Amino acid sequence: MRVHAQRAGALLGGLMFPAWSMADWTLNMTPGVTGTSNEIFSLHMTILWICVVIGVVVFGVMFWSIFAHRKSQGAKPANFHENTLVEILWTIIPFVILVVMAIPATATLVDMYDTTESEVDIKVTGYQWKWQYEYINEDFGYFSNLSTPRDQIENRQAKGENYLLEVDNPLVIPVGKKVRFLLTANDVIHSWWVPDFGVKKDAIPGFINETWTRVDKPGIYRGQCTELCGKDHGFMPVVVEAVPEEEYNAWVAEKKEAAERERQLTQKDWTMAELMERGEKAYQTACAACHQPDGSGAPPAFPALKGSPIATQDMAAHIDIVVNGKAGTSMQAFGNQLSEVDLAAVITYERNAWGNNTGEMVTPKEIFDYKNQQ
Amino acid sequence: MAVTGVFMSAVADTHAQDHHHGPAKGISRWLLTTNHKDIGTMYLIFSFAMFLLGGTMAMVIRAELFQPGLQIVQPEFFNQMTTMHGLIMVFGAVMPAFVGLANWMIPLMIGAPDMALPRMNNWSFWLLPCAFLILVSTLFMEGGAPNFGWTFYAPLSTTYGPPSTTFFIFAVHIMGISSIMGAINVIATILNLRAPGMTLMKMPLFVWTWLITAFLLIAVMPVLAGVVTMMLMDINFGTSFFDASGGGDPVLFQHVFWFFGHPEVYIMILPAFGAVSHIIPAFSRKPLFGYASMVYAVGAIALLSFVVWAHHMFTVGIPIVGQLFFMYATMLIAVPTGVKVFNWVATMFRGSLTFEAPMLFAVAFVILFTIGGFSGLMLAIAPADFQYHDTYFVVAHFHYVLVPGAIFGIFASAYFWLPKWTGHMYDETLAKTHFWLSFIGMNLAFFPMHFLGLAGMPRRIPDYALQFADFNMVSSVGAFMFGATQLLFLLIVIKCIKGGKKAAAQPWDGAEGLEWTVPSPAPYHTFATPPEVK
Repeated sequence: MRVHAQRAGALLGGLMFPAWSMADWTLNMTPGVTGTSNEIFSLHMTILWICVVIGVVVFGVMFWSIFAHRKSQGAKPANFHENTLVEILWTIIPFVILVVMAIPATATLVDMYDTTESEVDIKVTGYQWKWQYEYINEDFGYFSNLSTPRDQIENRQAKGENYLLEVDNPLVIPVGKKVRFLLTANDVIHSWWVPDFGVKKDAIPGFINETWTRVDKPGIYRGQCTELCGKDHGFMPVVVEAVPEEEYNAWVAEKKEAAERERQLTQKDWTMAELMERGEKAYQTACAACHQPDGSGAPPAFPALKGSPIATQDMAAHIDIVVNGKAGTSMQAFGNQLSEVDLAAVITYERNAWGNNTGEMVTPKEIFDYKNQQ
Repeated sequence: MAVTGVFMSAVADTHAQDHHHGPAKGISRWLLTTNHKDIGTMYLIFSFAMFLLGGTMAMVIRAELFQPGLQIVQPEFFNQMTTMHGLIMVFGAVMPAFVGLANWMIPLMIGAPDMALPRMNNWSFWLLPCAFLILVSTLFMEGGAPNFGWTFYAPLSTTYGPPSTTFFIFAVHIMGISSIMGAINVIATILNLRAPGMTLMKMPLFVWTWLITAFLLIAVMPVLAGVVTMMLMDINFGTSFFDASGGGDPVLFQHVFWFFGHPEVYIMILPAFGAVSHIIPAFSRKPLFGYASMVYAVGAIALLSFVVWAHHMFTVGIPIVGQLFFMYATMLIAVPTGVKVFNWVATMFRGSLTFEAPMLFAVAFVILFTIGGFSGLMLAIAPADFQYHDTYFVVAHFHYVLVPGAIFGIFASAYFWLPKWTGHMYDETLAKTHFWLSFIGMNLAFFPMHFLGLAGMPRRIPDYALQFADFNMVSSVGAFMFGATQLLFLLIVIKCIKGGKKAAAQPWDGAEGLEWTVPSPAPYHTFATPPEVK
């Protein structure tokens, strides 16, 4: 069925747009790389062809009438206006077709809902506007941000091949294993979608949704957030790297080590220059989307930091708002999103960048103690 | 008996006096009118103005999406445009246009002198400009207009909404009151003021579809009012209906919203079903095929519309049993909808067809609405919906049922009844040009969206990956073409009001119904004495 469908689809496409390169004129869904996505594709093609056949019959009769029963052709109107048998038939036949459709659809759905016996569990949390991936059984996690440069988005630079579909840290999963995703969100509803997997599920704040996938072919797969989640909804892609198992294990070991190193950095004595350098980087990934790279913000939703009382006056208030957020606004609590080092670096950076020359700095240790006091 | 006789003659006397009353002069005619024709006209003018405003916003959207990258507007404003476009088109353009048609045509079709509740009629119209003034004014407020989509999902619209959200809620309340009053009026008119002899199963289909639509409105507009009130409480009074940290549930919002929202989409299409069921027989010169099954099909669609709401929510994590129920129920809608399409085609079959503008729009309605129905059936298949959901495939689907569905239905009705309203024939050549440009533009704009969605483009994004560039450009070109063409409609209507060939009482040789028994233009007061229906 599927092969026929694909061939027919390609043929249809070829007939409609002979002169154009097909690369940019994709007409149809792709079958994807998982069992689920293949089943969905085959359902999609079946229902599409059923619709095409019904369409050809119904519109065929209609076009015949338009062609043959025109007044200008001298057509005299008939006077019939009901026929019980015909009316019963065209109620029952569609019903039967629907039942035939519902059977495979039900089977696929049952399979999609079976999240038991997973081998890897990953918690996916949606934030405005990035994804957090936590490897539940491995004790590490990280954020995945859009990595397309601002200059490409604002047309100052040529757009790259994976424009808007590239991130700094992709999700990494092993091939051939059942991976379960536990989805939630930190602020508003997001939706996590990888078309090639046939996986889309809403990430809802306060609730946990489950879904799963098993990818057999190594590769990089790209998707996007599909639930409107605010201003940068179009700028929070999903990138998944499926790698062979050994490679995956090595990657996990390395990640765990890096997480441990990061924890130790908290104890190090930091200089102002080091904090400023790290702070600028952390600011660009975590803060600049709202408060802007130059600290000018986008009032009233996103206040300016440049010259603001928070960033230039009471240090304790500044730490509090960054760590705990501000209820009822878009300002998130970054206490659990950023490491102590990054928190200290960002706060130090904000107090000294863009002419906020307070000369004050806060160390990772101080942040660590502050969080423990709470 | 004698008492009744005296009473009757008193009524007759006042009626006799009424005959000498023309419309009042100046602005007070429009502000204070209780005449169904004046109010219908105002509804139609208002809805067309909103159509142009919402359309302008669509042009901004399509201009931004013409190429990848951010060129014209920033994402914040882009989201305001998609939100306001949807709200204005649904509540400002499509719904008031059908109320306008109902006001004009229902009394004429059932042989009633006016709507049953004329003062309330005036009030329900004048609430609308107030509501939209409030809604549109949010564009100029600090923080901008609503930016959370026309479906305003919480908590994006509550905790994270702009300050103007409270004004939006107030505007929705006023629109809701207006719609409910309009619906009460339609029901009261149809059930009480039908000409003697017009039994329910002799009512014209436009009247039938509007009766059912009015019941849907009364059932679901209070639900909409409820959900926005819960938002109001969450935003301003510290409740947590939709906030999990206070014991609420964001998904509750979606259930309540779509319990309103799904019947709402039928509210926007059923009256068009009715109008098309007059136009196709008229230009086929043959009675409508399967009148009774048409009525039952509309009833079935209306009933089913209450038990399918969660098909908008297949990805929110509904338990599998719920998922299956909503999938099966949604698929069932294809049966009565199919019956209607088959009936229209059977009406055309072996007729004697001509293709004036109303017929062109009506035939395009049947074909393109059916395409929207096909994609609707595809979306109903829950597993497949996991791929389609919130992509451009959905955008293509609902624009196919709303633009060539609702809006072509309205254009078809307008051309069909313009001679009755103005007393002049419209310019047929211009009207046909309007049709063909709209038809081509609309298909160019919306058909490629199917491909974009299937290729993986999410909806409501201001910028997109490079593989979506070509079809987006085609779509934008089509949208500009469709948008510009609508100015031609304005020209045609103005031309028709000002003059043109005099229209006979019965300008279409195949049309049937009481509205064609009164002169064209329809006098200010009609059916002071009810006609007899056999």
